[in-house]
Amino acid sequence: MGSLATRGLSVKTKRYLFCYLALLPVVLLFVWLRVGPAASTINLSFHDWNLIRAHKPFVGLKNYINLFNDRLFLISLRNTTIFAFATVVFGMLLALPLALALNRPSKLTGFYQAVYFLPVITPMVPVSVIFKWIYDPGYGLLNYLLSFFGVEPIGWLMFPNLALASIIVMCIWKNLGYHMIMLLVGLKNIPGQYYEAAAIDGANKWQIFWKVTLPLLKPILMYVFITTSIEGFNIFTPVYVMTTGSQGAPGNSVRTLVYNIYEDGFRYFKMGYASSQAVMLLLIVLAVTMLQMKMLSGDDASSSVQ
Amino acid sequence: MARSSHAKATPGQIVIHIVLVLGAAAMLLPFIWMLSTSVKPPEEVITWPPQFIPRNPTFDNYVEAFTAVPLARFFLNSTLISTVSTVSILLTSSLAGFVFAKYRFPGRNLLFLVILATSMVPFQSYMIPFYLMVNRLGWISTYQGLVLPLLVMAFGIFFMRQNIMSVPDELMDAARIDGCSEFRIYWQIILPLSKSAMAALAIFAFKNAWADFIWPLLITNDIGLYTMELGLGMFQHRFTVDYGAITAASVISILPIVTVFVIFRRHIIEGVTLTGIKG
Repeated sequence: MGSLATRGLSVKTKRYLFCYLALLPVVLLFVWLRVGPAASTINLSFHDWNLIRAHKPFVGLKNYINLFNDRLFLISLRNTTIFAFATVVFGMLLALPLALALNRPSKLTGFYQAVYFLPVITPMVPVSVIFKWIYDPGYGLLNYLLSFFGVEPIGWLMFPNLALASIIVMCIWKNLGYHMIMLLVGLKNIPGQYYEAAAIDGANKWQIFWKVTLPLLKPILMYVFITTSIEGFNIFTPVYVMTTGSQGAPGNSVRTLVYNIYEDGFRYFKMGYASSQAVMLLLIVLAVTMLQMKMLSGDDASSSVQ
Repeated sequence: MARSSHAKATPGQIVIHIVLVLGAAAMLLPFIWMLSTSVKPPEEVITWPPQFIPRNPTFDNYVEAFTAVPLARFFLNSTLISTVSTVSILLTSSLAGFVFAKYRFPGRNLLFLVILATSMVPFQSYMIPFYLMVNRLGWISTYQGLVLPLLVMAFGIFFMRQNIMSVPDELMDAARIDGCSEFRIYWQIILPLSKSAMAALAIFAFKNAWADFIWPLLITNDIGLYTMELGLGMFQHRFTVDYGAITAASVISILPIVTVFVIFRRHIIEGVTLTGIKG
Protein backbone atom coordinates (compact mmCIF):
# COMPACT_ATOMS: atom_id res chain seq x y z
CA MET A 1 0.00 0.00 0.00
CA GLY A 2 1.55 3.31 -1.05
CA SER A 3 2.88 4.73 2.18
CA LEU A 4 3.93 7.79 0.23
CA ALA A 5 0.39 8.54 -0.82
CA THR A 6 -1.01 8.19 2.67
CA ARG A 7 1.80 9.95 4.48
CA GLY A 8 0.43 12.61 6.71
CA LEU A 9 -2.84 10.84 7.46
CA SER A 10 -3.51 9.69 10.99
CA VAL A 11 -3.10 6.03 11.86
CA LYS A 12 -6.82 5.69 12.35
CA THR A 13 -7.59 7.21 8.98
CA LYS A 14 -5.07 4.98 7.29
CA ARG A 15 -6.73 1.99 8.85
CA TYR A 16 -10.18 3.10 7.78
CA LEU A 17 -8.81 3.60 4.29
CA PHE A 18 -7.47 0.09 4.25
CA CYS A 19 -10.76 -1.33 5.47
CA TYR A 20 -12.84 0.43 2.87
CA LEU A 21 -10.43 -0.29 0.05
CA ALA A 22 -10.10 -3.92 1.01
CA LEU A 23 -13.84 -4.35 1.26
CA LEU A 24 -14.62 -2.41 -1.88
CA PRO A 25 -14.20 -5.22 -4.41
CA VAL A 26 -16.10 -7.68 -2.22
CA VAL A 27 -18.96 -5.31 -1.53
CA LEU A 28 -19.18 -4.35 -5.19
CA LEU A 29 -19.33 -7.99 -6.15
CA PHE A 30 -22.06 -8.64 -3.60
CA VAL A 31 -24.12 -5.71 -4.75
CA TRP A 32 -23.70 -6.70 -8.38
CA LEU A 33 -24.21 -10.44 -7.93
CA ARG A 34 -26.56 -10.71 -4.98
CA VAL A 35 -28.29 -7.54 -3.81
CA GLY A 36 -29.03 -6.23 -7.29
CA PRO A 37 -30.58 -9.44 -8.63
CA ALA A 38 -32.60 -9.96 -5.44
CA ALA A 39 -34.04 -6.46 -5.69
CA SER A 40 -34.62 -7.01 -9.40
CA THR A 41 -36.67 -10.11 -8.73
CA ILE A 42 -39.01 -8.19 -6.51
CA ASN A 43 -39.28 -5.40 -9.05
CA LEU A 44 -39.82 -7.80 -11.94
CA SER A 45 -42.59 -9.60 -10.09
CA PHE A 46 -44.76 -6.50 -10.38
CA HIS A 47 -44.44 -6.41 -14.14
CA ASP A 48 -45.58 -8.41 -17.10
CA TRP A 49 -42.84 -9.28 -19.56
CA ASN A 50 -42.12 -12.01 -22.06
CA LEU A 51 -38.48 -11.19 -22.67
CA ILE A 52 -38.94 -10.40 -26.35
CA ARG A 53 -41.33 -7.47 -26.31
CA ALA A 54 -39.84 -4.18 -25.28
CA HIS A 55 -43.11 -3.38 -23.59
CA LYS A 56 -42.99 -4.19 -19.89
CA PRO A 57 -46.15 -2.94 -18.23
CA PHE A 58 -46.47 -2.55 -14.51
CA VAL A 59 -49.25 -4.80 -13.31
CA GLY A 60 -49.11 -4.46 -9.57
CA LEU A 61 -50.17 -7.56 -7.72
CA LYS A 62 -51.73 -9.25 -10.73
CA ASN A 63 -49.05 -11.92 -10.91
CA TYR A 64 -49.49 -12.78 -7.28
CA ILE A 65 -53.25 -12.98 -7.56
CA ASN A 66 -52.95 -15.30 -10.55
CA LEU A 67 -50.66 -17.55 -8.56
CA PHE A 68 -53.44 -18.64 -6.28
CA ASN A 69 -55.55 -19.81 -9.18
CA ASP A 70 -52.67 -21.56 -10.85
CA ARG A 71 -53.14 -25.30 -10.42
CA LEU A 72 -49.57 -26.10 -11.32
CA PHE A 73 -48.21 -23.58 -8.85
CA LEU A 74 -50.37 -24.95 -6.07
CA ILE A 75 -49.29 -28.49 -6.86
CA SER A 76 -45.66 -27.47 -6.79
CA LEU A 77 -46.22 -25.64 -3.50
CA ARG A 78 -47.74 -28.74 -1.98
CA ASN A 79 -45.04 -31.06 -3.30
CA THR A 80 -42.23 -28.80 -2.19
CA THR A 81 -43.62 -28.33 1.29
CA ILE A 82 -44.08 -32.06 1.77
CA PHE A 83 -40.62 -32.66 0.43
CA ALA A 84 -38.93 -30.10 2.66
CA PHE A 85 -40.55 -31.23 5.87
CA ALA A 86 -40.34 -34.94 5.17
CA THR A 87 -36.63 -34.83 4.43
CA VAL A 88 -35.92 -32.87 7.56
CA VAL A 89 -38.17 -34.72 10.00
CA PHE A 90 -37.47 -38.25 8.85
CA GLY A 91 -33.85 -37.45 8.26
CA MET A 92 -33.41 -36.28 11.84
CA LEU A 93 -35.38 -39.22 13.22
CA LEU A 94 -33.01 -41.59 11.48
CA ALA A 95 -29.90 -39.62 12.33
CA LEU A 96 -30.56 -39.25 16.04
CA PRO A 97 -30.13 -42.92 17.02
CA LEU A 98 -27.03 -43.07 14.85
CA ALA A 99 -25.55 -40.03 16.54
CA LEU A 100 -26.39 -41.46 19.95
CA ALA A 101 -24.74 -44.71 18.93
CA LEU A 102 -21.59 -42.87 17.88
CA ASN A 103 -21.50 -40.72 20.99
CA ARG A 104 -19.07 -42.89 22.83
CA PRO A 105 -15.30 -43.01 22.69
CA SER A 106 -14.34 -45.33 19.90
CA LYS A 107 -11.59 -45.68 17.38
CA LEU A 108 -14.18 -46.23 14.68
CA THR A 109 -15.95 -42.88 15.07
CA GLY A 110 -13.81 -41.14 12.48
CA PHE A 111 -14.31 -43.99 10.05
CA TYR A 112 -18.08 -44.00 10.46
CA GLN A 113 -18.26 -40.24 10.13
CA ALA A 114 -16.35 -40.42 6.87
CA VAL A 115 -18.46 -43.21 5.42
CA TYR A 116 -21.74 -41.55 6.35
CA PHE A 117 -20.57 -38.19 5.05
CA LEU A 118 -19.56 -39.53 1.65
CA PRO A 119 -23.05 -39.17 0.14
CA VAL A 120 -23.27 -35.62 1.49
CA ILE A 121 -20.19 -34.50 -0.36
CA THR A 122 -21.11 -36.29 -3.59
CA PRO A 123 -22.76 -34.00 -6.14
CA MET A 124 -26.49 -34.41 -6.65
CA VAL A 125 -26.45 -35.30 -10.35
CA PRO A 126 -24.50 -38.57 -10.17
CA VAL A 127 -26.50 -39.52 -7.07
CA SER A 128 -29.73 -38.91 -8.98
CA VAL A 129 -28.44 -40.97 -11.90
CA ILE A 130 -27.58 -44.01 -9.81
CA PHE A 131 -30.80 -43.84 -7.82
CA LYS A 132 -32.78 -43.56 -11.02
CA TRP A 133 -31.15 -46.81 -12.06
CA ILE A 134 -31.83 -48.38 -8.67
CA TYR A 135 -35.46 -47.29 -8.97
CA ASP A 136 -35.75 -48.65 -12.51
CA PRO A 137 -39.06 -50.56 -12.87
CA GLY A 138 -37.69 -53.34 -15.05
CA TYR A 139 -34.11 -53.97 -13.95
CA GLY A 140 -33.57 -51.87 -10.87
CA LEU A 141 -31.84 -53.05 -7.74
CA LEU A 142 -34.66 -52.00 -5.44
CA ASN A 143 -37.28 -54.08 -7.17
CA TYR A 144 -34.84 -56.97 -7.17
CA LEU A 145 -34.30 -56.75 -3.42
CA LEU A 146 -38.01 -56.45 -2.84
CA SER A 147 -38.73 -59.46 -5.00
CA PHE A 148 -37.31 -61.58 -2.21
CA PHE A 149 -40.27 -60.49 -0.16
CA GLY A 150 -42.70 -61.36 -2.90
CA VAL A 151 -43.25 -57.74 -3.94
CA GLU A 152 -44.18 -57.14 -7.57
CA PRO A 153 -42.04 -54.67 -9.58
CA ILE A 154 -43.00 -51.08 -8.89
CA GLY A 155 -42.48 -48.00 -11.04
CA TRP A 156 -40.94 -45.87 -8.32
CA LEU A 157 -40.63 -42.74 -10.39
CA MET A 158 -43.68 -43.14 -12.55
CA PHE A 159 -46.45 -41.88 -10.32
CA PRO A 160 -46.53 -38.40 -8.80
CA ASN A 161 -46.84 -39.25 -5.12
CA LEU A 162 -44.66 -42.31 -5.31
CA ALA A 163 -42.00 -40.42 -7.23
CA LEU A 164 -42.07 -37.69 -4.61
CA ALA A 165 -41.59 -40.28 -1.88
CA SER A 166 -38.76 -41.93 -3.83
CA ILE A 167 -36.93 -38.66 -4.18
CA ILE A 168 -37.50 -37.91 -0.51
CA VAL A 169 -35.92 -41.23 0.43
CA MET A 170 -32.95 -40.49 -1.80
CA CYS A 171 -32.42 -37.08 -0.23
CA ILE A 172 -32.71 -38.51 3.27
CA TRP A 173 -30.03 -41.02 2.29
CA LYS A 174 -27.85 -38.27 0.93
CA ASN A 175 -28.11 -36.00 3.96
CA LEU A 176 -28.03 -38.58 6.72
CA GLY A 177 -24.32 -38.11 7.35
CA TYR A 178 -24.68 -34.37 7.72
CA HIS A 179 -27.52 -34.71 10.20
CA MET A 180 -25.62 -37.33 12.13
CA ILE A 181 -22.46 -35.25 12.40
CA MET A 182 -24.34 -32.13 13.47
CA LEU A 183 -26.26 -34.06 16.10
CA LEU A 184 -23.01 -35.55 17.31
CA VAL A 185 -21.64 -32.04 17.76
CA GLY A 186 -24.70 -31.15 19.77
CA LEU A 187 -24.40 -34.27 21.90
CA LYS A 188 -20.73 -33.69 22.60
CA ASN A 189 -21.52 -30.18 23.75
CA ILE A 190 -23.69 -31.43 26.57
CA PRO A 191 -21.57 -31.30 29.69
CA GLY A 192 -21.17 -34.62 31.46
CA GLN A 193 -22.28 -33.10 34.74
CA TYR A 194 -25.87 -32.98 33.56
CA TYR A 195 -25.88 -36.71 32.97
CA GLU A 196 -24.17 -37.41 36.27
CA ALA A 197 -26.59 -35.19 38.16
CA ALA A 198 -29.56 -36.89 36.50
CA ALA A 199 -28.16 -40.32 37.27
CA ILE A 200 -27.67 -39.31 40.90
CA ASP A 201 -31.28 -38.20 40.98
CA GLY A 202 -32.24 -41.70 39.88
CA ALA A 203 -33.32 -40.93 36.33
CA ASN A 204 -33.42 -43.86 33.92
CA LYS A 205 -32.11 -43.77 30.36
CA TRP A 206 -35.41 -42.67 28.80
CA GLN A 207 -35.88 -39.85 31.27
CA ILE A 208 -32.34 -38.68 30.75
CA PHE A 209 -32.96 -38.62 27.04
CA TRP A 210 -36.20 -36.67 27.15
CA LYS A 211 -35.40 -34.30 29.99
CA VAL A 212 -31.68 -33.71 29.56
CA THR A 213 -30.43 -34.66 26.10
CA LEU A 214 -33.28 -33.49 23.90
CA PRO A 215 -33.77 -30.02 25.38
CA LEU A 216 -30.04 -29.36 25.27
CA LEU A 217 -29.98 -30.39 21.62
CA LYS A 218 -32.51 -27.71 20.73
CA PRO A 219 -30.07 -25.11 19.35
CA ILE A 220 -28.44 -27.53 16.98
CA LEU A 221 -31.77 -29.09 16.07
CA MET A 222 -33.06 -25.67 15.18
CA TYR A 223 -30.04 -24.88 13.07
CA VAL A 224 -30.17 -28.14 11.14
CA PHE A 225 -33.95 -27.92 10.69
CA ILE A 226 -33.66 -24.48 9.20
CA THR A 227 -30.77 -25.12 6.87
CA THR A 228 -32.09 -28.43 5.65
CA SER A 229 -35.63 -27.26 5.07
CA ILE A 230 -34.41 -24.18 3.20
CA GLU A 231 -32.47 -26.50 0.97
CA GLY A 232 -35.56 -28.66 0.66
CA PHE A 233 -37.69 -25.78 -0.56
CA ASN A 234 -35.12 -25.02 -3.24
CA ILE A 235 -35.04 -28.56 -4.61
CA PHE A 236 -34.58 -28.83 -8.37
CA THR A 237 -31.77 -31.05 -9.59
CA PRO A 238 -33.05 -34.52 -8.68
CA VAL A 239 -36.50 -33.58 -9.95
CA TYR A 240 -35.06 -32.54 -13.29
CA VAL A 241 -32.71 -35.48 -13.63
CA MET A 242 -35.01 -38.21 -12.38
CA THR A 243 -38.48 -37.24 -13.44
CA THR A 244 -38.31 -35.42 -16.73
CA GLY A 245 -38.49 -37.23 -20.00
CA SER A 246 -36.83 -40.57 -20.67
CA GLN A 247 -37.79 -43.97 -19.41
CA GLY A 248 -38.94 -44.56 -15.90
CA ALA A 249 -40.72 -41.25 -15.60
CA PRO A 250 -42.93 -40.14 -18.48
CA GLY A 251 -43.74 -36.48 -18.56
CA ASN A 252 -42.73 -34.80 -15.35
CA SER A 253 -44.28 -36.55 -12.46
CA VAL A 254 -42.98 -34.35 -9.67
CA ARG A 255 -43.42 -30.63 -9.78
CA THR A 256 -41.55 -28.42 -7.34
CA LEU A 257 -41.47 -24.67 -6.86
CA VAL A 258 -38.10 -24.11 -8.48
CA TYR A 259 -39.04 -26.39 -11.34
CA ASN A 260 -42.17 -24.31 -11.83
CA ILE A 261 -40.12 -21.11 -11.85
CA TYR A 262 -37.80 -22.70 -14.37
CA GLU A 263 -40.65 -23.68 -16.66
CA ASP A 264 -42.61 -20.45 -16.47
CA GLY A 265 -39.48 -18.37 -16.82
CA PHE A 266 -37.40 -20.26 -19.31
CA ARG A 267 -39.83 -22.34 -21.26
CA TYR A 268 -42.78 -19.99 -21.47
CA PHE A 269 -40.81 -16.76 -20.93
CA LYS A 270 -43.32 -15.39 -18.47
CA MET A 271 -40.59 -13.44 -16.71
CA GLY A 272 -42.77 -11.34 -14.44
CA TYR A 273 -44.94 -14.27 -13.47
CA ALA A 274 -41.96 -16.51 -12.74
CA SER A 275 -40.43 -13.73 -10.66
CA SER A 276 -43.52 -13.54 -8.51
CA GLN A 277 -43.08 -17.24 -7.82
CA ALA A 278 -39.44 -16.61 -6.96
CA VAL A 279 -40.51 -13.96 -4.48
CA MET A 280 -43.03 -16.40 -3.00
CA LEU A 281 -40.20 -18.90 -2.62
CA LEU A 282 -38.12 -16.32 -0.81
CA LEU A 283 -41.00 -15.37 1.48
CA ILE A 284 -41.63 -19.01 2.30
CA VAL A 285 -37.96 -19.55 3.11
CA LEU A 286 -37.97 -16.52 5.41
CA ALA A 287 -41.22 -17.57 7.05
CA VAL A 288 -39.97 -21.09 7.67
CA THR A 289 -36.79 -19.72 9.18
CA MET A 290 -38.59 -17.40 11.53
CA LEU A 291 -41.21 -19.97 12.47
CA GLN A 292 -38.62 -22.55 13.37
CA MET A 293 -36.60 -20.01 15.28
CA LYS A 294 -39.66 -19.17 17.29
CA MET A 295 -40.68 -22.75 17.90
CA LEU A 296 -37.33 -24.07 18.90
CA SER A 297 -35.92 -21.07 20.70
CA GLY A 298 -35.90 -20.57 24.39
CA ASP A 299 -32.66 -22.22 25.34
CA ASP A 300 -29.62 -20.09 25.60
CA ALA A 301 -27.38 -23.12 25.56
CA SER A 302 -24.12 -22.35 23.86
CA SER A 303 -23.67 -23.97 20.54
CA SER A 304 -20.47 -24.30 18.60
CA VAL A 305 -22.24 -23.18 15.46
CA GLN A 306 -22.06 -19.52 14.37
CA MET B 1 -16.55 -39.70 31.10
CA ALA B 2 -15.15 -42.81 32.71
CA ARG B 3 -16.83 -45.95 31.53
CA SER B 4 -16.00 -49.43 32.63
CA SER B 5 -14.51 -51.10 29.62
CA HIS B 6 -14.99 -54.68 30.62
CA ALA B 7 -18.05 -56.53 29.36
CA LYS B 8 -17.57 -55.14 25.84
CA ALA B 9 -20.08 -57.52 24.34
CA THR B 10 -23.26 -56.38 26.02
CA PRO B 11 -26.36 -56.99 23.88
CA GLY B 12 -26.91 -53.23 23.70
CA GLN B 13 -23.46 -52.65 22.31
CA ILE B 14 -23.86 -55.42 19.78
CA VAL B 15 -27.10 -53.91 18.54
CA ILE B 16 -25.41 -50.52 18.26
CA HIS B 17 -22.60 -51.97 16.19
CA ILE B 18 -25.03 -53.79 13.93
CA VAL B 19 -27.06 -50.65 13.37
CA LEU B 20 -23.97 -48.60 12.56
CA VAL B 21 -22.63 -51.23 10.19
CA LEU B 22 -25.97 -51.62 8.41
CA GLY B 23 -26.19 -47.87 8.02
CA ALA B 24 -22.66 -47.69 6.67
CA ALA B 25 -23.46 -50.45 4.18
CA ALA B 26 -26.54 -48.53 3.07
CA MET B 27 -24.40 -45.45 2.54
CA LEU B 28 -21.92 -47.32 0.39
CA LEU B 29 -24.28 -49.56 -1.53
CA PRO B 30 -25.24 -47.10 -4.28
CA PHE B 31 -21.57 -46.26 -4.86
CA ILE B 32 -20.64 -49.90 -5.17
CA TRP B 33 -23.57 -50.41 -7.50
CA MET B 34 -22.43 -47.45 -9.56
CA LEU B 35 -18.91 -48.88 -9.86
CA SER B 36 -20.19 -52.34 -10.61
CA THR B 37 -22.55 -51.17 -13.33
CA SER B 38 -19.85 -49.05 -14.91
CA VAL B 39 -17.65 -52.03 -15.68
CA LYS B 40 -20.36 -54.29 -17.00
CA PRO B 41 -20.81 -55.03 -20.70
CA PRO B 42 -24.28 -54.02 -21.97
CA GLU B 43 -25.78 -57.47 -21.75
CA GLU B 44 -24.91 -57.68 -18.07
CA VAL B 45 -26.34 -54.26 -17.29
CA ILE B 46 -29.81 -55.02 -18.57
CA THR B 47 -30.22 -58.39 -16.99
CA TRP B 48 -32.43 -60.06 -14.45
CA PRO B 49 -31.57 -60.82 -11.73
CA PRO B 50 -29.04 -58.00 -11.39
CA GLN B 51 -25.55 -59.14 -10.39
CA PHE B 52 -23.14 -57.27 -8.20
CA ILE B 53 -20.03 -58.86 -9.54
CA PRO B 54 -19.77 -58.66 -13.31
CA ARG B 55 -18.76 -61.84 -15.05
CA ASN B 56 -16.89 -60.09 -17.85
CA PRO B 57 -15.76 -56.74 -16.50
CA THR B 58 -14.77 -54.28 -19.17
CA PHE B 59 -13.62 -50.70 -19.52
CA ASP B 60 -15.60 -50.27 -22.74
CA ASN B 61 -18.16 -48.12 -20.97
CA TYR B 62 -15.48 -45.67 -19.98
CA VAL B 63 -14.23 -45.53 -23.54
CA GLU B 64 -17.77 -44.98 -24.76
CA ALA B 65 -18.41 -42.29 -22.17
CA PHE B 66 -15.49 -40.35 -23.58
CA THR B 67 -16.29 -40.92 -27.22
CA ALA B 68 -20.06 -40.71 -27.36
CA VAL B 69 -20.00 -37.26 -25.78
CA PRO B 70 -17.15 -34.78 -25.34
CA LEU B 71 -16.66 -35.85 -21.74
CA ALA B 72 -13.07 -34.68 -21.53
CA ARG B 73 -14.26 -31.24 -22.56
CA PHE B 74 -16.95 -31.31 -19.89
CA PHE B 75 -14.36 -32.33 -17.30
CA LEU B 76 -12.08 -29.50 -18.34
CA ASN B 77 -14.92 -27.01 -18.21
CA SER B 78 -15.93 -28.10 -14.73
CA THR B 79 -12.33 -27.97 -13.54
CA LEU B 80 -11.80 -24.51 -14.98
CA ILE B 81 -14.98 -23.04 -13.56
CA SER B 82 -14.51 -24.65 -10.17
CA THR B 83 -10.90 -23.51 -9.91
CA VAL B 84 -11.66 -19.90 -10.82
CA SER B 85 -14.58 -19.89 -8.42
CA THR B 86 -12.51 -21.35 -5.60
CA VAL B 87 -9.67 -18.86 -6.04
CA SER B 88 -12.09 -15.96 -6.15
CA ILE B 89 -13.96 -17.15 -3.09
CA LEU B 90 -10.74 -17.74 -1.15
CA LEU B 91 -9.42 -14.26 -1.92
CA THR B 92 -12.64 -12.37 -1.28
CA SER B 93 -13.59 -14.35 1.80
CA SER B 94 -10.19 -14.19 3.46
CA LEU B 95 -9.77 -10.47 2.85
CA ALA B 96 -13.30 -9.55 3.85
CA GLY B 97 -13.23 -11.99 6.74
CA PHE B 98 -10.00 -10.43 7.93
CA VAL B 99 -11.38 -6.90 7.81
CA PHE B 100 -14.58 -7.86 9.59
CA ALA B 101 -12.70 -9.86 12.20
CA LYS B 102 -9.95 -7.42 13.13
CA TYR B 103 -11.12 -3.91 12.45
CA ARG B 104 -13.74 -1.49 13.71
CA PHE B 105 -14.91 1.18 11.32
CA PRO B 106 -18.06 3.15 10.56
CA GLY B 107 -20.54 1.05 8.63
CA ARG B 108 -19.00 -2.27 9.62
CA ASN B 109 -22.14 -3.71 11.17
CA LEU B 110 -24.34 -2.49 8.37
CA LEU B 111 -22.13 -4.03 5.69
CA PHE B 112 -21.94 -7.28 7.58
CA LEU B 113 -25.71 -7.33 7.91
CA VAL B 114 -26.14 -6.76 4.20
CA ILE B 115 -23.89 -9.70 3.41
CA LEU B 116 -25.71 -11.80 6.00
CA ALA B 117 -29.03 -10.88 4.44
CA THR B 118 -27.87 -11.86 0.97
CA SER B 119 -26.84 -15.26 2.25
CA MET B 120 -30.45 -15.93 3.18
CA VAL B 121 -31.71 -15.41 -0.35
CA PRO B 122 -31.39 -18.65 -2.31
CA PHE B 123 -29.93 -18.45 -5.80
CA GLN B 124 -33.11 -19.88 -7.27
CA SER B 125 -34.96 -16.79 -6.06
CA TYR B 126 -32.89 -14.37 -8.10
CA MET B 127 -31.76 -16.52 -10.98
CA ILE B 128 -34.17 -14.84 -13.41
CA PRO B 129 -32.85 -11.27 -13.16
CA PHE B 130 -29.35 -12.73 -12.95
CA TYR B 131 -29.94 -14.42 -16.27
CA LEU B 132 -31.36 -11.24 -17.74
CA MET B 133 -28.35 -9.26 -16.55
CA VAL B 134 -25.94 -11.77 -18.05
CA ASN B 135 -27.96 -11.58 -21.24
CA ARG B 136 -27.64 -7.80 -21.36
CA LEU B 137 -23.88 -8.17 -20.97
CA GLY B 138 -23.81 -10.56 -23.89
CA TRP B 139 -22.38 -13.23 -21.66
CA ILE B 140 -24.94 -15.96 -22.30
CA SER B 141 -23.13 -19.20 -23.09
CA THR B 142 -19.70 -17.91 -22.11
CA TYR B 143 -17.23 -18.95 -19.45
CA GLN B 144 -17.52 -15.64 -17.66
CA GLY B 145 -21.28 -16.01 -17.55
CA LEU B 146 -20.92 -19.52 -16.18
CA VAL B 147 -18.62 -18.56 -13.35
CA LEU B 148 -20.23 -15.24 -12.44
CA PRO B 149 -22.59 -16.31 -9.64
CA LEU B 150 -19.80 -18.42 -8.14
CA LEU B 151 -17.34 -15.61 -7.54
CA VAL B 152 -18.37 -14.89 -3.97
CA MET B 153 -19.75 -16.88 -1.08
CA ALA B 154 -21.24 -15.24 2.00
CA PHE B 155 -20.57 -18.34 4.11
CA GLY B 156 -16.95 -18.05 3.11
CA ILE B 157 -16.75 -14.63 4.67
CA PHE B 158 -18.39 -15.82 7.90
CA PHE B 159 -16.13 -18.84 8.02
CA MET B 160 -12.89 -16.93 7.53
CA ARG B 161 -13.97 -14.20 9.92
CA GLN B 162 -14.58 -16.81 12.59
CA ASN B 163 -11.17 -18.34 12.02
CA ILE B 164 -9.25 -15.10 11.82
CA MET B 165 -10.79 -13.81 15.04
CA SER B 166 -8.69 -16.37 16.85
CA VAL B 167 -5.44 -14.88 15.57
CA PRO B 168 -3.85 -12.94 18.45
CA ASP B 169 -3.97 -9.19 18.00
CA GLU B 170 -0.48 -8.95 19.44
CA LEU B 171 0.93 -10.49 16.28
CA MET B 172 -0.60 -7.72 14.23
CA ASP B 173 0.56 -5.02 16.65
CA ALA B 174 4.07 -6.39 16.59
CA ALA B 175 4.05 -6.33 12.81
CA ARG B 176 2.82 -2.75 12.78
CA ILE B 177 5.60 -1.68 15.10
CA ASP B 178 7.98 -3.18 12.56
CA GLY B 179 6.45 -0.94 9.93
CA CYS B 180 4.23 -3.48 8.26
CA SER B 181 1.30 -2.12 6.25
CA GLU B 182 -2.16 -3.51 6.90
CA PHE B 183 -2.22 -5.29 3.59
CA ARG B 184 1.10 -6.95 4.30
CA ILE B 185 -0.27 -8.08 7.64
CA TYR B 186 -3.05 -9.77 5.71
CA TRP B 187 -0.79 -11.27 3.10
CA GLN B 188 2.19 -12.35 5.19
CA ILE B 189 0.74 -13.04 8.62
CA ILE B 190 -2.95 -13.78 8.48
CA LEU B 191 -2.99 -15.88 5.35
CA PRO B 192 -0.22 -18.28 6.35
CA LEU B 193 -1.90 -18.74 9.73
CA SER B 194 -5.23 -19.54 8.06
CA LYS B 195 -3.99 -22.29 5.78
CA SER B 196 -6.10 -24.94 7.39
CA ALA B 197 -9.29 -22.90 7.22
CA MET B 198 -8.54 -21.89 3.66
CA ALA B 199 -8.06 -25.52 2.73
CA ALA B 200 -11.46 -26.46 4.14
CA LEU B 201 -13.10 -23.49 2.46
CA ALA B 202 -11.38 -24.32 -0.82
CA ILE B 203 -12.80 -27.81 -0.77
CA PHE B 204 -16.32 -26.58 -0.03
CA ALA B 205 -16.15 -23.91 -2.69
CA PHE B 206 -14.79 -26.34 -5.26
CA LYS B 207 -17.46 -28.92 -4.56
CA ASN B 208 -20.16 -26.26 -4.65
CA ALA B 209 -19.01 -25.00 -8.04
CA TRP B 210 -18.54 -28.49 -9.45
CA ALA B 211 -21.96 -29.69 -8.34
CA ASP B 212 -23.78 -26.62 -9.65
CA PHE B 213 -26.54 -27.69 -12.03
CA ILE B 214 -29.31 -25.21 -12.54
CA TRP B 215 -27.15 -22.23 -13.50
CA PRO B 216 -25.14 -24.06 -16.16
CA LEU B 217 -28.46 -25.44 -17.39
CA LEU B 218 -29.87 -21.96 -17.84
CA ILE B 219 -26.82 -20.23 -19.20
CA THR B 220 -25.34 -22.61 -21.76
CA ASN B 221 -26.63 -23.23 -25.25
CA ASP B 222 -23.48 -24.73 -26.60
CA ILE B 223 -22.45 -28.28 -25.83
CA GLY B 224 -18.84 -27.21 -25.83
CA LEU B 225 -19.54 -25.24 -22.67
CA TYR B 226 -21.29 -27.95 -20.70
CA THR B 227 -20.00 -28.89 -17.27
CA MET B 228 -19.71 -32.49 -16.11
CA GLU B 229 -22.92 -32.36 -14.13
CA LEU B 230 -24.77 -30.87 -17.04
CA GLY B 231 -23.36 -33.41 -19.46
CA LEU B 232 -24.42 -36.21 -17.15
CA GLY B 233 -27.88 -34.84 -16.59
CA MET B 234 -28.65 -33.99 -20.16
CA PHE B 235 -27.41 -37.00 -21.97
CA GLN B 236 -29.88 -39.35 -20.50
CA HIS B 237 -31.70 -39.84 -23.76
CA ARG B 238 -28.37 -40.68 -25.28
CA PHE B 239 -27.49 -43.09 -22.54
CA THR B 240 -31.00 -44.33 -22.03
CA VAL B 241 -30.30 -47.78 -23.28
CA ASP B 242 -26.89 -47.79 -21.73
CA TYR B 243 -26.64 -47.28 -18.00
CA GLY B 244 -23.16 -48.70 -18.31
CA ALA B 245 -21.91 -45.58 -20.04
CA ILE B 246 -23.73 -43.10 -17.86
CA THR B 247 -22.52 -44.74 -14.65
CA ALA B 248 -18.99 -44.74 -16.06
CA ALA B 249 -19.36 -41.01 -16.71
CA SER B 250 -20.77 -40.62 -13.19
CA VAL B 251 -17.78 -42.37 -11.67
CA ILE B 252 -15.46 -40.04 -13.54
CA SER B 253 -17.44 -37.04 -12.41
CA ILE B 254 -17.28 -37.93 -8.72
CA LEU B 255 -13.66 -39.07 -8.75
CA PRO B 256 -12.12 -35.66 -7.98
CA ILE B 257 -14.31 -34.80 -5.03
CA VAL B 258 -14.25 -38.31 -3.58
CA THR B 259 -10.46 -38.42 -3.82
CA VAL B 260 -10.15 -35.06 -2.12
CA PHE B 261 -12.60 -36.19 0.53
CA VAL B 262 -10.74 -39.41 1.25
CA ILE B 263 -7.48 -37.50 1.68
CA PHE B 264 -8.80 -34.52 3.60
CA ARG B 265 -11.75 -36.10 5.38
CA ARG B 266 -10.73 -35.03 8.85
CA HIS B 267 -10.32 -31.43 7.68
CA ILE B 268 -13.64 -31.43 5.92
CA ILE B 269 -15.63 -32.93 8.75
CA GLU B 270 -13.94 -30.56 11.16
CA GLY B 271 -15.02 -27.65 8.98
CA VAL B 272 -18.55 -28.95 8.98
CA THR B 273 -18.73 -29.38 12.73
CA LEU B 274 -17.30 -25.92 13.35
CA THR B 275 -19.54 -23.99 11.02
CA GLY B 276 -22.47 -26.14 10.02
CA ILE B 277 -21.67 -25.64 6.36
CA LYS B 278 -22.82 -28.51 4.26
CA GLY B 279 -20.54 -27.84 1.36
